[in-house]
Amino acid sequence: MTTPSLTKEEILRYSRHLIMPEVGMEGQLKLKNASILLVGTGGLGAPLGMYLAAAGIGRIGLVDFDTVDATNLHRQIIHGTKDIGRKKLDSAADTIADINPNVKIEKYDVLLTSENAMEICANYDIIIDGTDNFPTRYLVNDVCVLLKKPNVYGSIFRFEGQATVFATDGGPCYRCLYPEPPPPGLVPSCAEGGVLGILPGTIGLIQATEAIKLILGVGEPLIGRLVLYDALAMRFRELKLRRNPECPVCGDNPTVTQLIDYEQFCGLPQHEGPAAAEVNEGDVDPVEVKKMLDRGDDFQLIDVREPHEYLIASIPAAKLIPLADVAKRSTELDKDKLVVMHCKMGGRSAKAVAQLKELGFTKVRNMTGGITAWSDKVDPSVPKY
Amino acid sequence: MAKVLIPTPLRQFADKNDSVELTGATVAEVLGALTTQFPALKKQIFTDEGKLRSFVNVYLNDEDIRYIKKDASPVAPGDTLSIVPSIAGGR
Repeated sequence: MTTPSLTKEEILRYSRHLIMPEVGMEGQLKLKNASILLVGTGGLGAPLGMYLAAAGIGRIGLVDFDTVDATNLHRQIIHGTKDIGRKKLDSAADTIADINPNVKIEKYDVLLTSENAMEICANYDIIIDGTDNFPTRYLVNDVCVLLKKPNVYGSIFRFEGQATVFATDGGPCYRCLYPEPPPPGLVPSCAEGGVLGILPGTIGLIQATEAIKLILGVGEPLIGRLVLYDALAMRFRELKLRRNPECPVCGDNPTVTQLIDYEQFCGLPQHEGPAAAEVNEGDVDPVEVKKMLDRGDDFQLIDVREPHEYLIASIPAAKLIPLADVAKRSTELDKDKLVVMHCKMGGRSAKAVAQLKELGFTKVRNMTGGITAWSDKVDPSVPKY
Repeated sequence: MAKVLIPTPLRQFADKNDSVELTGATVAEVLGALTTQFPALKKQIFTDEGKLRSFVNVYLNDEDIRYIKKDASPVAPGDTLSIVPSIAGGR
């Protein structure tokens, strides 16, 4: 169903495109007849959705199952304060419709999985990956290779970003760059590691630029090149990417010819099963810790977060020893007295507990859920972050 | 001396340095000097068997060492070695 022409309203709207020979009427019609799937409407998806809509992409698919919360708003500019609690899909669709009502929006209120990804992605010319986890990134990559659709890739961490275009004919794919994901827990997510709010704007718009160029067929596409962006140094670097002939999915003799279980591939525990609810022997609930403090029990409460986190929120009775210093400063602790350790959510303090046990401490416990659970269960005046 | 660029996620294991100048005739030697100076980096970059981890790529200038001579790729003074781990953030 190719649209052969623009309406009078569209001609006016896109006039700054139309007067450039690199776009022109022909290019604008290509944009109008193009379809793009945005996987995720978060940090990267927000500027992508807004600019691609403004540029006149005819059909945009959005995949997200999340709802807007306050911590999203410092970067996910497609959502506003009034949208807190709404489905991101609805909020994003409203913003896009306001920017450009000519765009046909298709909403997928799902988590992209091996079961639904092929069917969803098959409807689009270009897939743009704006997700936040390794299983989905490998899933999107494999889908794009199998369907022979370009995967416009971007990822961010703190002050740094990466962008490239994967899975074009003869070009490299994500698995050529990184054959395997890191084990769970080794690479922190944005929720754990933080992200500069404006960073996804820069990387998302590199992705948007590449998508537009692919559709128009102009310029030099970001294929076989990985752009690295360092916001602090304000430096862009470029590394060469090659297709690996031995790549399991896009290589000469592929071994992955259909979608696999990506949670398993990334070493994540399965969603179902009793293991998730299991409580470790050494764990102690924040409510119990509060009782121990109120009773005046003789124990040491140690906060293993970073000093800048301590300034955001803290438990007054806790002593700060950042995780990286725990082993070095273990001499400050009394081995004969109980040590209770906490962090933000419980992950780092579990590592700290393990470190102390290795050093011969026997009375060490991890406060479950960290200071976040403390705020939920014990003292709501402690801010959550 | 070669310059080694340390990415954000790994700086916490390198006394917060974003780059260091190190001596070595090959990639293996430079990375050896790096992990000698910052022992905490070793576990992040290498497996227990001493192989580069599969989610950590090393580039000599703009070329992936897997397509030169891997660990044995010769390093000249003034070269830049980049460590590029996979990051997944996007939301």
